[in-house]
Amino acid sequence: MNSTFQFISFSDPNVLFVVLGTMILGASAAIVGCFSFLRKRALVGDAIAHSILPGVCLAFMVSGSKNPFYLIIGAFITGWLSLLLIDGITRTTKIKSDTAIGIILSVFFGVGILLLTSIQHSGNAAQAGLDKFLFGKAASLTKDDIYVFSSIAIVLVIVVVLFYKEFKLISFNPDYAKVIGLPVRFLEFLLATITVLAVAVGIQAVGVVLMAALLITPASGARFWTDKLSTMILIATLFGAASGFLGSYISYIAPAMPTGPWIVMCLSLLTIGSIWFAPKTGMLSKFRVQKENNRKILIENVLKLFYHLGERTNGFKDERSTTALLETRDLRIKELQRGLNLLKQSHWVRKKGENWVITESGLTEAKRIIKLHRLWEMYLNQRLKLQPDHVHNDAEAIEHIITPQLEIELEKELNYPTKDPHESIIPYNE
Amino acid sequence: MEAFWIILVGSLIAVSCAILGSYLILRKMAMVGDAISHAVLPGIVIAYLLSGSRETLPMLLGAAFLGVLTTILIELFYKKARLQIDASIGITFTWLFAIGIILISLFAGQVDLDQDCVLYGEIAYVPLDLWVTESGYNMGPRTVWIASGLLLLIVLFIWKGYKGLFITTFNEEFAKALGIGVAFWHYALMGAVSLTTVVSFESVGAILVVALLIVPPATAYLITTNLKKMLVLASIFGILSAFGGYYLAAAINGSIAGAMATVAGILFGIVWVAILMQKRRPSKTAINYLD
Repeated sequence: MNSTFQFISFSDPNVLFVVLGTMILGASAAIVGCFSFLRKRALVGDAIAHSILPGVCLAFMVSGSKNPFYLIIGAFITGWLSLLLIDGITRTTKIKSDTAIGIILSVFFGVGILLLTSIQHSGNAAQAGLDKFLFGKAASLTKDDIYVFSSIAIVLVIVVVLFYKEFKLISFNPDYAKVIGLPVRFLEFLLATITVLAVAVGIQAVGVVLMAALLITPASGARFWTDKLSTMILIATLFGAASGFLGSYISYIAPAMPTGPWIVMCLSLLTIGSIWFAPKTGMLSKFRVQKENNRKILIENVLKLFYHLGERTNGFKDERSTTALLETRDLRIKELQRGLNLLKQSHWVRKKGENWVITESGLTEAKRIIKLHRLWEMYLNQRLKLQPDHVHNDAEAIEHIITPQLEIELEKELNYPTKDPHESIIPYNE
Repeated sequence: MEAFWIILVGSLIAVSCAILGSYLILRKMAMVGDAISHAVLPGIVIAYLLSGSRETLPMLLGAAFLGVLTTILIELFYKKARLQIDASIGITFTWLFAIGIILISLFAGQVDLDQDCVLYGEIAYVPLDLWVTESGYNMGPRTVWIASGLLLLIVLFIWKGYKGLFITTFNEEFAKALGIGVAFWHYALMGAVSLTTVVSFESVGAILVVALLIVPPATAYLITTNLKKMLVLASIFGILSAFGGYYLAAAINGSIAGAMATVAGILFGIVWVAILMQKRRPSKTAINYLD
């Protein structure tokens, strides 16, 4: 607890730098990442991140110093070069973009590793710490680093704010943007430039390998909470900043823990949590809706069994054994049993000894479904001119979905028909 | 002798990668290969922790398990959560890789793996790790045997499964209609990629194995459209990368694995430029003809 207090109070100025630094880096990467995500270029960010390594090494070899300014220039040049090459490969050969990304990513990274190890083996004392680019050096961010990164982050945010509308348009509908005369090539260039910049500063925190996460993971998570771009950017920024904070907190209380991977861990958990639990779009709520629908379909299908049997024997409320019920429809016995039990809970059927009887309210419901089915068959037959033997499957699916409003429309449209295309009577509830 | 062993291991791995990579590229799954190569890391670390040693078999199992888990996670995010495919891949592998690095830091005392080794391995140590039988007979470097076993396994897999892989690669719908297990071949291929990654892990590292998986087959793909020719050409480009990489690394005293990736990239560049030049020439004659 004591160390938690020390962390939050920022009594140690180094802690302040680390926390501020990781939060700024996380947030700025998240903002730019939203556009990469929406333009379906998530993995391009990964390629840029890997391609930055040789740039950093070359900048060091040329300048002989680890001044962050020189290194970022080097990173910027090879980062951009990687984008141009990916574009060139996909444009001039039959190689698909994902393969092109893989080629550039792995080759540039290989060159980076070759240069890095060569520098390390050369015995140059100034190189110590250059390998921090592989996994980030969040824990050792200094005041100077913070100045450089925050100014770059501010530039990124200003560019995004100034060109917000234009970026939004080229993310969602580049063709339209072209038609209304926006300089799409320039905007794409600008967006690519700020992406490269965000990656170049972001790898300081999490390193080359995990940089892709800083860019796309917050955007992917935010996407599950909203359909609005501005809200999405806001949530992604929060995710990025919060993960930066949590990551540096964890490595503060447990110094052996690496900051970068923990930032990515927090980001991933936030995003995977969103994927599962977000209302409406989350997987859990999708599963719930699906389960609810399956239940409804099963109940309605079992009710129809009673009606069909009743129609055949002219006694809707006769007792039915499970074997008799199974004869009319291809249904597994387990499913039937489950459906019958669900129907019993709604008091739509009763159990009588070993047999089952449909109740008055159950019969009303069964009539409603049968009516919808037969009305729809009628509609397909009369309005779409489908043959009577082609309408059943479609009606089988739609009968569970038709709303009461649509039901009224159908009845009016067809003028309350009494028989369906197969000459079966359409039952109306009085 | 050292050079021979290193180049031999490099070539064996390069050929295994080239064969599998050809299928990955044709199935438009290059980045899934990339994701698997990152994501096997936690599997390797956990296997290490459970078995307490650098035994090959537990690591293979751990990695194969994680490899298949990766594909399942990607598909879960993509199909069930309706997240776009590139984001699904990106989230999955960075997350698993971060878990791997965290596990390494957490059990630093018990796990003899360091972060750099994860990234680019150390093929230079191959000749040092000798397999000596109980009777004291020197069988040569251990890795050579493992890499040969892997290559044998993959060649067998491709040979026996050639038809199944061929049909599911080029015409998935047709394969389904024929009743061929599309999912089976998918996961078998992913399992093979995971195995290759983990065998290559100690020598070329998790990241650079991607270069060997993708770049030589892509270079071959530029030249031919025939699958068998592509497999052979990709293997040749892989072996050339191993050779060139060794000497390039020796020349500038850098990582051999990094140099292999660099040479693979240079080969790709040469073929690409050659093809661009060739394309340009006929168009010129066409214009002259019109004049």
